Amino acid sequence: MFSSYIESILIFNGIHIIMALSLYLPFSAGQISLAQAGFMAIGAYASSVMTLFWGFPFYIALFLSGLLSAMTGVLVGFPAIRIKGIYLLLLTLAFGEMVRVFFLNFEFTGGASGMGGMDLQTNFVNVYTIVAILIIFFYRLSKSRMGRAFESMREDELAAEVMGINIVKAKLLAFGVGAFIAGLGGGLYAHYVMYIDSPKFGFLLAVEFFVFVVFGGMEIFWGPIIGTTLLTLIPEVVRFLKEWRMIFYGLVIVVLMIVRPQGLIDKKLVDDITRYAKKLF
Amino acid sequence: MLGATYSLVAIGYTLIFGILNLLHFGHGEVFMIGAFIGLQMVLLTNCHIVIAILGSMVGAALLGLIIERVSFRPIKKEYHLAPLISTIGVSIILQEIGTRIFGGDIVGFPKTIRLVIYKIGPVQVTSVHLFILAFALMLMITIHLFIHRTKVGIAMRVTAENATNASLMGINTNRIVSMTFMISSALAGAAGVLVGLVYNAVSPFMGTEMILKGFTIMLLGGLGNVMGAMIGGIILGLMEVFSVAYLASSYKDAFAFGIMIMILIFRPTGLFGTRLHEE
Repeated sequence: MFSSYIESILIFNGIHIIMALSLYLPFSAGQISLAQAGFMAIGAYASSVMTLFWGFPFYIALFLSGLLSAMTGVLVGFPAIRIKGIYLLLLTLAFGEMVRVFFLNFEFTGGASGMGGMDLQTNFVNVYTIVAILIIFFYRLSKSRMGRAFESMREDELAAEVMGINIVKAKLLAFGVGAFIAGLGGGLYAHYVMYIDSPKFGFLLAVEFFVFVVFGGMEIFWGPIIGTTLLTLIPEVVRFLKEWRMIFYGLVIVVLMIVRPQGLIDKKLVDDITRYAKKLF
Repeated sequence: MLGATYSLVAIGYTLIFGILNLLHFGHGEVFMIGAFIGLQMVLLTNCHIVIAILGSMVGAALLGLIIERVSFRPIKKEYHLAPLISTIGVSIILQEIGTRIFGGDIVGFPKTIRLVIYKIGPVQVTSVHLFILAFALMLMITIHLFIHRTKVGIAMRVTAENATNASLMGINTNRIVSMTFMISSALAGAAGVLVGLVYNAVSPFMGTEMILKGFTIMLLGGLGNVMGAMIGGIILGLMEVFSVAYLASSYKDAFAFGIMIMILIFRPTGLFGTRLHEE
């Protein structure tokens, strides 16, 4: 369909979108998380073990590794019931790093030398099918009871609790489902690059997803999607800048934060576009 | 020994966090650039190491000022994640600039201090280690006196306590913020040269690891607590050495992060107890 270069960029973009959405879910409930790279690592390793060692079919392995990742997500969610803000950021960061160090030392999955030999299972179609399912999911969520509960928690947690929202349940759900999505992203990633080792899933990767989400805007789920796409494509498009392109990338981030600290896409912009589109037709 | 240099980085973190409520992701890169400034001064002018450290402190302070002007001051304060992301942008830029100018290789420091090994009982100490410890302690004492005894230091603490009230009392909070960035960057620059001396290696990627260590120490000592950061740095340094000696070395990082999670869950005010930062 495309040249293989463009196809690989698009597939990575799809995986990044999945990861950014996995981070957006706890974000939308006001929970900052830097653990997403850790969940991704769990998904990647678990799915690889299942397909490679136990001979599971790819999609079943993908689903199960998502579930495993979700269970760890709920575990991380428990301290989040009490811990807030910057402390939660540091806690999730520490968790992500512990996952990385764990896989670095875990001999069953290859330890420091990493794990390779998975089949190429991920392609343009299944990545973007999952992205499409996620978009429908997030659209439905934003209209649902739980989605509105998340939003009110983000605005004011105490007020949300007083209004009768079960904060504990909502937080655990946000972390668990977010981790599930991250696990899917990890599985897809592992079966695309066909070689994983733990340093890839370090702190910098988590920060990268974090930048994607905040850059795009965290008020509405279109933000992470568009933010991710732009930030994934920018380094490719400006290849003519050669070695200066990452500096350009950094500059774009700084300038956007100065001009639009709420992120590229916010609710108001989406509302304006919808109104404009309605006027057209 | 290493702990003392960790302390210097962590003090910078904690100063910036205490006053601005900002996790400064670019701080590790300031540390790296500081190390390179020191290295280049020694290589090009062949000057004494103390002069090189002072030079890198000045350079890093200027860099800190630029970072504050470019990536912190223009950003609206209502969005508390925006400055954090822009410092990440700055750290990407600085790391790239470091790689472009100085190359991606690890460079060693030339021998400027004569290596003498002292033996105190079973412990071996080299003259380089003693020099680093002395210099770091001196800086820490200076910064402690500065914060507690001088007018600017008091103004800094007031701003940390409550920025609105501070500006109502006639303190130019913008200037205090710039000063904070400069002081903490200068400390990071000095720490960069000192760490370069310990490991005898300077690379553009040394900052990233330092960010994580800085966070851990800051938590250990309590967010915004300068004294806590000093002691926390030394504790982490000792812990790393002992865990390498008595546990498997590859688990040493997991150990540090495990402690970080424990502290967050059971004692989020840090070991030495400061107020909690909401937000």
